[in-house]
Amino acid sequence: MNKRLSDPIQLVNLREEIIASQDPEQVCITVCCGTGCSASGAGDVMAAFEEELQKQGLEAKIATRRTGCHGFCERGPLVVIYPKKIFYQRVSVKDVPEVVTETIRKDNIIERLLYVDPTSAKKIVYEDEVPFYRYQERLIFGENGLIDPTKITDYIALGGYSALAKVISEMKSDDIISEIKRSGLRGRGGAGFPTGKKWEICRKEKGDFKYIICNGDEGDPGAFMDRSLLEGNPHSVLEGMIIGAYAIGATEGYIYIRNEYPLAVKNFSVALEQAREWGFLGHSILGSDFSFDMKLNRGAGAFVCGEETGLIASIEGRTGEPRPRPPYPAQKGLWGRPTNINNVKTWANVPLIINKGAEWYSKIGTKTSRGTMIFSLVGKINNTGLVEVPMGVKLKDMIYKIGGGIPEGKEFKAVQTGGPSGGCIPASLIDLCIDYEELTNVGSMMGSGGMIVMDENTCMVDTAKYFLSFTKEESCGKCTPCREGVDRMHHVLSEITAGRGKEGDIELLQELADYVSKASLCALGGTAPNPVLTTIRYFRDECEAHIKDKKCPAGVCKALIQYYIDPEKCNGCHLCFKSCPQGAISGELKSPHSIDQQKCSKCGVCFESCKFEAVILRR
Amino acid sequence: MIKLTIDGKKIEVKENTTVLDAAKKLGIYIPTLCYHSIIKPYGACRLCLVEVVENERKQLVASCIHPVSEGLKVYTNTEEVQQTRKMTLELLLARCPNSEILKKLASQLGVKKVRFESRDDDCILCGLCVRACEEIVGIGAISFAYRGDKRETGPPFKRAASICIGCGTCAYVCPTGAIKLTEIVDTPTQHYWESPFKKVKCRICGDYNLEPECDSDLLKYDD
Repeated sequence: MNKRLSDPIQLVNLREEIIASQDPEQVCITVCCGTGCSASGAGDVMAAFEEELQKQGLEAKIATRRTGCHGFCERGPLVVIYPKKIFYQRVSVKDVPEVVTETIRKDNIIERLLYVDPTSAKKIVYEDEVPFYRYQERLIFGENGLIDPTKITDYIALGGYSALAKVISEMKSDDIISEIKRSGLRGRGGAGFPTGKKWEICRKEKGDFKYIICNGDEGDPGAFMDRSLLEGNPHSVLEGMIIGAYAIGATEGYIYIRNEYPLAVKNFSVALEQAREWGFLGHSILGSDFSFDMKLNRGAGAFVCGEETGLIASIEGRTGEPRPRPPYPAQKGLWGRPTNINNVKTWANVPLIINKGAEWYSKIGTKTSRGTMIFSLVGKINNTGLVEVPMGVKLKDMIYKIGGGIPEGKEFKAVQTGGPSGGCIPASLIDLCIDYEELTNVGSMMGSGGMIVMDENTCMVDTAKYFLSFTKEESCGKCTPCREGVDRMHHVLSEITAGRGKEGDIELLQELADYVSKASLCALGGTAPNPVLTTIRYFRDECEAHIKDKKCPAGVCKALIQYYIDPEKCNGCHLCFKSCPQGAISGELKSPHSIDQQKCSKCGVCFESCKFEAVILRR
Repeated sequence: MIKLTIDGKKIEVKENTTVLDAAKKLGIYIPTLCYHSIIKPYGACRLCLVEVVENERKQLVASCIHPVSEGLKVYTNTEEVQQTRKMTLELLLARCPNSEILKKLASQLGVKKVRFESRDDDCILCGLCVRACEEIVGIGAISFAYRGDKRETGPPFKRAASICIGCGTCAYVCPTGAIKLTEIVDTPTQHYWESPFKKVKCRICGDYNLEPECDSDLLKYDD
């Protein structure tokens, strides 16, 4: 059967047909099959539901849907039962028969599968009432839970490709660019360059062959929003790209997805094939004279390939190495032709802006940063997951309202935003409004939206060292400042954490950081010193404690801490003796034990195993 | 033609000229390491950084690769530029403490002390050998391998490159003398990567020269 749509009206008719065939009261069991939930066994849960429904003879009455990531990865596998949106969390295969018998058949709620809000200790039944979701504004990410990413009809039913139909039937290139410009959309890859302006530059560049690229080489530690968007709603990104290609006048597009994201590669490939089949890609899209097609390029997992010129080199089959700009990709990009590169989230914003208008969009967010941003909230936080909020949200609300606070009642110490290129924002700045400018002002950056929360037991010097060890390895090594400078900074930090810090180390770090950020060839080196600079700026005391007092206040740096046993408290239960992997603990049963400091590797197992708080950490 | 000023001096040059070439025309010296006049600029060593002011935006750029633009203001010797060059040299000297060219540049630019632990390397990873082999010889027998602090140059898998013609261009352009080309016994020669091969006639001049004669003139250093 030829599914190809040959004009925008056919798309409208198709949508009506799909909607007419759906019953809004239909009971549907949706299981989040994003990467997080899949890792916790969502695939098996889904299979169990299908089997159980068949066993109970309900397969014709009850629908099931495998959806993309809902964002609340901490609580996976997630099951949402429509139309009521009953929200079950951490569902396992053995819970499935009960869910079908009780909830589906009898409409009873299973208490034990409900989410308990850690702040109020209340059990929550419906998805919308979960605080993690309630304070979000899920414009881009919301559809993830409503569609099966491998079914284009699910996307079309929700209004998918209507923005494309709109631009093709009633908008000229300049109208689209001016709409995007007026919306105030800025690049979501981190640098925040105005998207409309970027498109305009590429549009105006001479050349009959232009490219557009989607940068899906998300590589920040702890960031996975691009991945989840590509896995959960690939058509939204694709639609944005097709609109961009139409506006810029590009005839070919590439999407660069790292190969470590197999589900994103698979779902996007399916989306490409479906889009071709239905006439959204290829020759004369929706019957117009606009033709455009796409290729998927898999990245081999180099962080530096997220830098646009490095990414272009990688697509061209060369080593993923950035080159100096100018010429900018808009002038000379892929294969030397004008090229426009945007991040996954930037492209996904485009259909929304076209559908709802620049006026509507520009009302969301702050004066300089419009729209919403998807953050990956990870680290020492109760509700780990993906969070979409309007720009300008308060850091406090992110951590406490959405994130549910710090586990085990510990104190919030800092948050690292923007991945390895960002900085650590201290707890004293908790009232900060998160947007591009505010983050830059405090020495960090938006980056791709990573947010790593740290508690009182995190050592900031060690954290800075960790991020530098990442950039040191992920630098391409082309230019001297980034290759040599970052390596030397890492060395200085290693010495400090090993208790060999010297007077003047902080000044040397500052000098190197200033040099690396100014002299590096690309933004990787340009921003690599940020974690060090913010650590010195906000946690200088902690740095000095390491250098001068040879102490690690957080009790993390192994060379600067000691475990010992308080003979008053130790009752000689022998548990630490048994658990010590080094055989460093000695003592007779029922008499106080002691630790041989020479043998102790400071792993902390004794500290954790002791039930009488007799093992003391000396910081 | 493009008009710009370098250190307050006005000059007019052709479009696509680099800042370095424009400065040379004015007789202004800018130190370089990864640059060679007949090899495409690469912008990697960062020794040639200069300050440019464009649309009131100040930044440091690699003069060897940065194209001139109308009204561009270039400052080749500000305090910041000097500090940056010194740090670049200090870091490279820590990497390659025995390099003559680095020592010479260091004394010229006033680098008195190296504050970092010395490493015993000869190669500064400027990539001239890689680019010369590809662009001038047209062979591409050597390339960069690994990344970050582990980056190095060499033939594929550090094995004898069967396509190497033994022309010695890489050794000739190497600014630090890291590439050694030694004649062993009668004809076979060996790179420091331990790739033994038989000498092959140069496909340009037809001789068994270590450096093909016709390339020798082209490969002379400018200064």
